[in-house]
Formats: sequence, C-alpha cells, structure tokens
Amino acid sequence: MIFTVATFAILVTISLALARAFMGPTVYDRILAVNMVGTKTVLLIAVFAVLSERTDMIDIALTYALINFIGVVAVLKFVEQGNFFTSGEDEQSK
Amino acid sequence: MILIEIISWIFIIAGALLGIAGGIGIHRFPDFYSRLHAAGITDTMCAAAFLIGLGMQTGVSIASLKLALIFIFLFFSNPTATHALADAAHLGGLKPELDENNSEHNFDRHTD
Repeated sequence: MIFTVATFAILVTISLALARAFMGPTVYDRILAVNMVGTKTVLLIAVFAVLSERTDMIDIALTYALINFIGVVAVLKFVEQGNFFTSGEDEQSK
Repeated sequence: MILIEIISWIFIIAGALLGIAGGIGIHRFPDFYSRLHAAGITDTMCAAAFLIGLGMQTGVSIASLKLALIFIFLFFSNPTATHALADAAHLGGLKPELDENNSEHNFDRHTD
C-alpha cells in the first residue's frame, strides 16, 4: 500500500519534471529537469525492488545513480565548451 | 517491529511530499536560479528520506547496505550536480532575475 503511494508520487514528480524539460526556456532548465528525472528514476527502481521483493534490482539503481551523475556533468561540459576534447582550464586561462 | 514500520512510512511519505513539492517548484518559480534552488534541495532530501525509509523496510541485510551506498553517493553527487549546473549557467552568461532595488549588484564572475 505504502509503496503504491510512493510509486505514484515519484511518477507524478517525473511527469512534472518532464513537462519542464520540454517547456524549459533555456538549455539549463532542461538539464536541471533531466537530472531530476534521473534521481527520481533511481528512487523508482529502488522502491520497485523493495516492493516486488527482488532486492537484486537495487544494483540497477546504484548503477543508474552513477551513470546519471556522469551524464549530467558530461552534458554540462558539452554545453559549456561546445566539444568534449578541450579541457576547461585551458579555455578559462586564455 | 510495528514502530519501525510506522517510522519508515513517515520517512517514505515525507520523501513523496518533498518530491511533489520539488516538481511543483520547478514550475512555479520565475527564473532558472530559483528553480535550481527548488529542485536541488528537494531532490537531495527526497532521495535521502526515501532511501532511509526503504532501508528500514528491508532490515539489516545486503539490500540495505546497497541502499546506504546509493544514499551516500546521491548525498554527495546531487549537490555537486546542482553546483555544476549553476556554475555552467553563470559562466554561460545567464543572468538571474532581480528586482529594481538589487539590479545594480554586479554578478560578473571573479569580481572580488
């Protein structure tokens, strides 16, 4: 019962964040919303793993948390510099 | 045992309310930096409350250890991502919306 409520709340939050990701006036708004969707997806997988008593699935949530952070930082680096191959320090010291 | 159940329900409901508050917050706030404030705080606390509640449900096992690892990672990576997002937006020249009284304040980088 409580897990159904939790899953529903997470899905509502994900849909609100997705609406912001589609509407967002700047690219940073979209990245913020996508970061939020990723965090909520980690929680959704963890809740579903405990709900269905298949606790092996928590490994998937752990991996998703790691990939989500790396992905957001990589997209930010891409937006800031326009490429992936220059290092940020060289660009700022010029 | 029933006490632990009730405490974990309280944690999970707090996490659900925080998550929905953050989802409403990124629609109600006027500009990017205030949306970042709404989303950053509620994301971290929502994840923390959910994972503590789930860890109480599973008891002491390998599952709660993994939940604790997710908790530790999200507790550090989520504010870091929020900071990186604010820094990138600031470096990219996005100006915060200010009212008239504060508009002379200088928001350029490395001014001090």
